[in-house]
Amino acid sequence: MDDFYREVIIDRYKNPLHRGVLEPHDITFEDENPLCGDHIRIDLTLDEQGRVSKAVFNGHGCAISQASADLLLDTVVGKTVDEIKALQKQDVLDLLGIELGPVRLKCALLPLKVLKAGVYGLGEADDSLVEG
Amino acid sequence: MLDVDRIRADFPILSREVRPGIPLIYLDSAATSQKPTVVIQSMDEFYRRQNANIHRGLHTLAEEATAAYEEARARVAAFIGSPDARQVIFTRNTTEAINLVAQTWGRANLKAGDVIILTEMEHHSNLVPWQMLAAEKSLRLEFIPINMDGRLDLEEYLRLLDLKPKLVAFTHMSNVLGTITPAKEIISQAHRAGAIALVDGAQAVPHFPVNVQELEADFLAFSAHKMCGPTGIGALYGRRDLLESMPPFLGGGDMIKRVYLRNFTPNEVPHKFEAGTPAIAEAVGFGAAVDYLSAVGMEAIAEHEQMVTSYAMERLEEIPSLHLLGPTSADHKGGVVSFSLEDIHPHDVAQILDSSGIAIRAGHHCAMPLHEKYGLPASSRASFYLYNRVDEVDRLVEGIYKVKRMFGA
Repeated sequence: MDDFYREVIIDRYKNPLHRGVLEPHDITFEDENPLCGDHIRIDLTLDEQGRVSKAVFNGHGCAISQASADLLLDTVVGKTVDEIKALQKQDVLDLLGIELGPVRLKCALLPLKVLKAGVYGLGEADDSLVEG
Repeated sequence: MLDVDRIRADFPILSREVRPGIPLIYLDSAATSQKPTVVIQSMDEFYRRQNANIHRGLHTLAEEATAAYEEARARVAAFIGSPDARQVIFTRNTTEAINLVAQTWGRANLKAGDVIILTEMEHHSNLVPWQMLAAEKSLRLEFIPINMDGRLDLEEYLRLLDLKPKLVAFTHMSNVLGTITPAKEIISQAHRAGAIALVDGAQAVPHFPVNVQELEADFLAFSAHKMCGPTGIGALYGRRDLLESMPPFLGGGDMIKRVYLRNFTPNEVPHKFEAGTPAIAEAVGFGAAVDYLSAVGMEAIAEHEQMVTSYAMERLEEIPSLHLLGPTSADHKGGVVSFSLEDIHPHDVAQILDSSGIAIRAGHHCAMPLHEKYGLPASSRASFYLYNRVDEVDRLVEGIYKVKRMFGA
């Protein structure tokens, strides 16, 4: 069970590679998980081909939510908006490399939910964005 | 002194392992308590021997089931010093009991501009029902503030009473801070100002002696599942004249005396408030739970919890960067310790403790406004009951050091 907090998760939580704010940005979105107070904001800029040129996150919360955001943004630069729309729950779980119960799954998937709501240009992030 | 080892033997779940070789250390009784064998058996026995629907049946089983249900009511009533068993209404839980008062007494007696006084340390169950009623009737909600040491500011309360409130509704013990509120004093001042008083006893009734006559409470709400009883049943005690004058709550079977096609006449108290088939086996379990607690002794339970809590506070305070919420001493404090661990989210704390078999709560504990007051999104909470030993506190402290090591803090 201690495997839960794989070194990479603690390390990314303490020393994130993609923490920051982009002003100006092309896409931004933020949301929180009211049950535990996790909060994530993601800012993206796009190049002329519509690919992500920069991606950063900001926020606070548990190690799982913050590390999940940082690991997710590793994979985002260079992707098109459509490629981001195609990202699934399993992609995040593969990045984290751990098994999660239903409560912690919400923490882990919050960054993906925020990212997808942002690229879809939605007013509100919905759980259906990260299901399946 | 409680013989804790003997008590633990009464609770079968306490001997289970969470994972092979890792025993359960259950420090989450403020969320729900564990159940002794006598309670589990009483419900099992009811289903094996007496199960029938109550109140209308004429056969033997129906009579026995009715007697068992009403006997349980009498035991629960006696447990809180109710002068009459009929003043105890079975509900689903504390939340439903408070909603019952809001939707019946509140709707019938409150009008636009009326003031309700609550406190800043209420559980959502004693907050949201009043917010809903306030929105419907344009009522004004006022709040007794909490001091930074987690106690109510009673001077401010006296000033709020100048607003001539109709109702003061407050918790007898905070589920986050553990603060035990001076209920008798709050109630007598409410009465002097012409208000009635509702006590949220969800955390108090399971943990120390609570007597409605001594308190002069007008309403007291509590849940069986936090006091060794089953889930799905709770109780509302009410002052006789108030219950008599209140309109019914839910409509349906058992709450009526006579039904016509276009109208009905309500049944007598308490049945007026118990529509439909109630949780009968659970009522029997509730009765067994109060018998069990009475046999152990509520004074002894309170004393034991105070001892464990004092020890826990002492040990936790030694941990660098750990911050305890609420009262700084265990006086007038129940068996709850909530804390924050600098920079480490409560979910991470709870998850890592779980790997050592330690069950604590992480989150806002259904008290979001209270956490906002302390500037925290969430906290970690350990809570104790009659079956907890001081060496379980030692395991908790070791577990917290493990969390700190993993996070390099």
